[in-house]
Amino acid sequence: MTANASPLIELAGIHKSYNLGMPNEAEVLHGVSFAVGRGEFVALIGPSGSGKSTLLNVVGLLERLTAGSYRIQGEETSGLDDAGLTLRRRAVLGFVFQFHHLLPAFSALENVTLPALMREGRVTPAQHERARAMLAAVGLENDMHKRPGELSGGMQQRVAIARALVLEPPLVLADEPTGNLDRASSDEVFVLMRRMHAELQTSFLVVTHDPRLAARCDRVIELVDGSIESDRPATAVRE
Amino acid sequence: MLNWLGFERRVAVRFLREGRMQTVLIIVGVAAGVAVVAYISALITGLQRNTLEKTLGAQAHVTVSALDNVVLPARAPLAGSSALVQTQPRVQRPRSIANWQSLVPVLEAMPAVAAVSPMVSGAGLAQRGEASKSIALMGVDLDRYDRIVHLRSKVVQGEARLGPGEGIIGRELAEDLGVRVGDRISLVTGTITDSLRVTALVDLGVRELNRRTVIVPLRAAQSLVGLPGGATGLDLALVDVWVAQSLASDLSRRFPYKIESWQEANSQLVSALNAQSVSTALIRGVVMVVVVLGIASVLVVSVVQKQREIGILRAIGATRGQMLRVFLLQGAIVGAFGSTLGVLLAVGLIKAFTTFVRGSDGLPLFAITLAPSLALSVAGIATVCGVLAAVAPARRAAALDPAQAIRM
Repeated sequence: MTANASPLIELAGIHKSYNLGMPNEAEVLHGVSFAVGRGEFVALIGPSGSGKSTLLNVVGLLERLTAGSYRIQGEETSGLDDAGLTLRRRAVLGFVFQFHHLLPAFSALENVTLPALMREGRVTPAQHERARAMLAAVGLENDMHKRPGELSGGMQQRVAIARALVLEPPLVLADEPTGNLDRASSDEVFVLMRRMHAELQTSFLVVTHDPRLAARCDRVIELVDGSIESDRPATAVRE
Repeated sequence: MLNWLGFERRVAVRFLREGRMQTVLIIVGVAAGVAVVAYISALITGLQRNTLEKTLGAQAHVTVSALDNVVLPARAPLAGSSALVQTQPRVQRPRSIANWQSLVPVLEAMPAVAAVSPMVSGAGLAQRGEASKSIALMGVDLDRYDRIVHLRSKVVQGEARLGPGEGIIGRELAEDLGVRVGDRISLVTGTITDSLRVTALVDLGVRELNRRTVIVPLRAAQSLVGLPGGATGLDLALVDVWVAQSLASDLSRRFPYKIESWQEANSQLVSALNAQSVSTALIRGVVMVVVVLGIASVLVVSVVQKQREIGILRAIGATRGQMLRVFLLQGAIVGAFGSTLGVLLAVGLIKAFTTFVRGSDGLPLFAITLAPSLALSVAGIATVCGVLAAVAPARRAAALDPAQAIRM
């Protein structure tokens, strides 16, 4: 684990159970602890069913933890209500999902301006320009008025990356961002994420099955059966 | 405000546009409901107004007359005994209201009363040559009586005038007697016979009234009925016809006269109008419930269809309140568009009714218009119904767990 005096996020002893108090209660995360510092590019790997997506949902404030402590920028989140979680999610996090998850009724540009629209009720000319610039940066300057259905899988994922980064959140969470793409598109998207990371100094926590991509991150956390098996620099993985 | 709803507006409109056929169908459904409600309301309002105008156009809103003659018991039965009594009802002869001249200004001073007209009424025969017809004789002061039933506006021939020896008769009676304006007829009441020159023929709106009505100067009627200086009744016109019942009750408590409102005189008509109003309200209520259920069912389906989009929006920062408002706004938009279309449809239906549905005389049966206030209230209620219909689906959308919705 990278030591950082002031980590961006800090999880300590996280437990997550489903069906609490019922006969079929199941604990998915067993005391997970780690931190992500500012500007880190971290891969979260592990076999299917190891709890990666659940952990990402907890980190993304989409699911509540059952026990433990989760701090974002030093603030404890476990006591926040739904509105509080939503506002932190809006302010601190960007999301890239495996299946792009763009809104099909909106153009690429509108999808990218959505976070600004929901935050302020309108999109200022500056925000519009910023969204255009983000789409240009991900190579979609000529496709920004197309609907998601008119774009390839790789292009849709690039729109999703632009949307996740448009408000420059400190941390982007990506759940198998290349899992649904062919190898060429997968490489293209990953290179793009690394480039944006380098340009914006945004932290990334990327869930992936692909050891090839994990090895290209700064740090790799391996989750097995709901517990952290290893947390080491990617250079160690490559070796 | 605009900024506050900017996100909700954009998403709501886009969701509706995306579900094209679904949206069109529900807007058409709302429009049909609104059109039915607006059309039926306008139709029933027109029908009731027409019925009331016809009914009240020929009669007073409140009538004051002398109490009926009654038989008083000769003596009370002895205690502990019972008596079998058979009573012959007394003949009801025309009686004058005591002190009617003093009562008129008292009644006229009441704010609810628009006009008061003394009347002497009785029965008799109208004769011309060999023709003889039974009549209802009314003696009035023309100017006062005109303020009660607008008699001058009902003249179909001649000029309404009631000088000494002059009279106004119903159109059908003139036909039965073969009389034209300017002709003379004889009036017979009991042992008294008089003659009058017909100055005008009137159409009171009811054929039977036209066949029996003879209107003469008050003084002539007093003489014919045998009530010199008397008045058998006072006719009252009110500022608001619907206060007649309460005014009549109030007057009955204060004065020793027989006082009857137009509602009491036309109790069957009032019952029919009430039944009609209740039926209309029921139809409107049922149609609005159907509209609400229609909008709600479409929005429920929309929430199910859009679970993933709702999950994405929630994940990237939309609050529960924003998602709630997106769907409430969809209900309001569907309600507003449907209402506007429905009001236009109702205007078309009313136009078709007045164009194609006509009486035997080729004229429209009655005036039917969609008052702007009615159109606005129906449209407003439908829009509110749209929002109410969206409450359950909107709450469901707001309550969706984003993590679960995204996985779908």
